[in-house]
Amino acid sequence: MAEHVRIKAIYPPGHVRAPYYLRGKTGVIERDLGHFANPEQLAYHHKGDPKPLYRVRFTMAEVWGDNAENPADTIDAEVYDHWLERV
Amino acid sequence: MPHDHHDHDNLSPSGHPFRADNDEPLSYWQTMEIALREILVEKGHLTQAEITAQIDAMDARNPSQGASVVARAWVDPDFKAQLLADASTASRDMGFDIGPMHLIAVENTDTIHNLIVCTLCSCYPRNLLGLPPDWYKTRAYRSRAVSEPRAVLREFGLNLPDTTTLRVHDSTADMRYIVLPARPAGTDDLSQDELAKLVTRDSMIGVGLPRQP
Amino acid sequence: MSDTDGRRWHDMGGMPAGPIPMEGHDFALWEKRVDALMVLCGNKGFLSVDGLRRALEDMGEDTFEKYSYYERWIASINQNLIEAGLYTLEELGTRMAEVQARGPTYGEANNG
Repeated sequence: MAEHVRIKAIYPPGHVRAPYYLRGKTGVIERDLGHFANPEQLAYHHKGDPKPLYRVRFTMAEVWGDNAENPADTIDAEVYDHWLERV
Repeated sequence: MPHDHHDHDNLSPSGHPFRADNDEPLSYWQTMEIALREILVEKGHLTQAEITAQIDAMDARNPSQGASVVARAWVDPDFKAQLLADASTASRDMGFDIGPMHLIAVENTDTIHNLIVCTLCSCYPRNLLGLPPDWYKTRAYRSRAVSEPRAVLREFGLNLPDTTTLRVHDSTADMRYIVLPARPAGTDDLSQDELAKLVTRDSMIGVGLPRQP
Repeated sequence: MSDTDGRRWHDMGGMPAGPIPMEGHDFALWEKRVDALMVLCGNKGFLSVDGLRRALEDMGEDTFEKYSYYERWIASINQNLIEAGLYTLEELGTRMAEVQARGPTYGEANNG
């Protein structure tokens, strides 16, 4: 059973890798990629803590609503665990 | 300073002559590049030989490397399975130096088409395919490839049927992506090398299809 | 997009934009050197790719429109190396003046 997750709708300043257009949107985990150093620390000359990284799949309908070209098309993006909420 | 321009009299991977850059007026940013490089070398942080070797290594990476990987996947089912499971290892096993790159291959089928973009910057499988085309780094492509990818594909001359599911992959973090295009029909008699010649850079980004034989 | 809605200028997925410009160029030697400096400084731990991106983002949207890709990269590499303490701004400024005095073209200025 697919695990549903929502990208946190938070908007800090500075270097983050969770795209704006996906924040607050719900998708399913496509695959677990393992742990990678946190870019939010690396960007400022800090050592990056290892963070779980997932590929999350969203439907165009979820991301763009009625403006979707084709609602069943998908967008996959890599999102760190600390940006995900389980739903 | 050693001359590290030795092999650039040839044509580039795109078939054009390399730009004559040494006789242009010196810009502020070029001045910074020369100064910064000289300081790093003088302080022993890196050597001119390392810079030359890195330029040569990057020049050696080009779409034909990816085309070889694709063509092998078309003729070798075990390799294709390995490529889809772990494209980094599969590429390294073919002898390509892709450095530390984490590569994922996504497969086009009769019903699925894949498209690669990086909306946040310009992430690209450069360690296999070489440096990205300029359009890949533009505001237009980065903005539109996620919200109107079918319109973007039409600009590249690709009309995707409604029955095909389009999967867009936004390279937001540590993975890089290559599309494994579908093998064109009517190519049963072609060798692996002949097949590789059909595989274009654009087909491995997903904005095109392989050439027809 | 406003300054306070939380979307930063580089985070452009889904923004309205025009046709894809298809023209390209082959990379100049100085651009390849910038690319090589980024990779080597990354391999040696002087900067990270995220540090490079962070400085590019912080330069702002005007810079994206005004300067070329590798012009922005050398500025970002410099920002990160200054932060890492590899050299000082005075050292860089002095050397840049020396480079400029060598001649009017890249080729002449590079032959120090």
